[in-house]
Amino acid sequence: MIFPAVKTIVRRDLLLALRRRSDVATALLFFVIVASLFPLGVGAEPNLLRAIAPGVIWVAALLSSMLSLGRLFAADHADGTLEQMLLGAAPLGVVVSAKTLAHWLVSGLPLVLIAPLIALQYDVEAGLYGVLALSLLLGTPVLSIIGAIGAALTLGLRGGGVLLSLLVLPLYVPVLILGAGSVEMAAAGLSPEGQLLLLGAMLIVAAVFAPWATAAALRISSE
Amino acid sequence: MLEATELECERGGRTLFRGLSFALAAGELLRVGGPNGSGKTSLLRILCGLLTPGGGEVRWKGAPIRGLREDYSRELLYLGHAPAVKDDLTPLENLDVACRLVGMQAHQEALTWALNAFAVPDLPVRKLSQGQRRRAALARLLLSESVALWLLDEPFAALDIAAASYTEELIGRHLAAGGSVVYTTHQPAAIDALARVVQL
Repeated sequence: MIFPAVKTIVRRDLLLALRRRSDVATALLFFVIVASLFPLGVGAEPNLLRAIAPGVIWVAALLSSMLSLGRLFAADHADGTLEQMLLGAAPLGVVVSAKTLAHWLVSGLPLVLIAPLIALQYDVEAGLYGVLALSLLLGTPVLSIIGAIGAALTLGLRGGGVLLSLLVLPLYVPVLILGAGSVEMAAAGLSPEGQLLLLGAMLIVAAVFAPWATAAALRISSE
Repeated sequence: MLEATELECERGGRTLFRGLSFALAAGELLRVGGPNGSGKTSLLRILCGLLTPGGGEVRWKGAPIRGLREDYSRELLYLGHAPAVKDDLTPLENLDVACRLVGMQAHQEALTWALNAFAVPDLPVRKLSQGQRRRAALARLLLSESVALWLLDEPFAALDIAAASYTEELIGRHLAAGGSVVYTTHQPAAIDALARVVQL
């Protein structure tokens, strides 16, 4: 009952994303543009750029993943599909996990893949691309999973988008600190293992517990 | 099978109904009547467990539905106000997803047959009219004969006469096979004669 439901929902959401490619492109372009604005603003001093690169890339990833969160449940809520999911055969937590996974595949994974290209702009050493990509690979799913709670809580509210940022951004802080920190550690010639392991631990804890919180929030906001 | 006792519903600070009790046996048809805004949709959502009643409870085969969750969901089909079809998918893809979500593995031929029976064109849903969207949603009825309880919110809205009478025929068949149906409608329908009425 669980695996077929996950497969169905992930497939459906990827198909929908494929049919609405502009939504995916918007979040990705937003990431690229925000990350490109900083060198223009702070000037082309290579040492400075190298120093701010991890932080800037991570903040841009954070904002970009925020941007697409509003759509996570809103469309399904509006056309009644969400009600059918609430009444589905699979537990709601499983449905939520599947939707979050699809959301990450569409909005998080492209960031991981394109981040080294952005890092190039900041003259980051080639040796650090791996750590950067790995930190994003572990961190961006946490952003989607935690963001889903906020998206469910603000579902159907007027001005929910702003409220969603206020709710979710503070919760993103630990991910930001660990993610950017791991790249800085590696840049300083130290092992980023500690930060990456902590990110991995956060991912596991979030993936296990957060979907049930999201499910409870969805039940409340779809009443 | 379905029992509602002393249901109470409050929306936006206004009490819509209070002390509403009824029971529905297998093979019975129940029409929920009442003017706009009287709480028909809310009652249906309470019956399927999407909405928690302000008071009272709903029981399915003697057990409160609050505790049954998915076990109850598997035995009911709820077609709500919104047709629950995605604009960017075709009716076939929509129906396929809808069936899989309730744990039903329908064959491609069965899906196509159901959509053809309702004469739904094979176009992305965004290109369909309101009535055709409604038909695309109603096609699920043909694949849900084994589901004991149908809860249909305004099933005849936006339908033409042929589609409406076909839907009535399906409801009739379901009742004859021992299923139960609860529906709301503003249009007079031939099956109204078979129905018990709850007036809100």
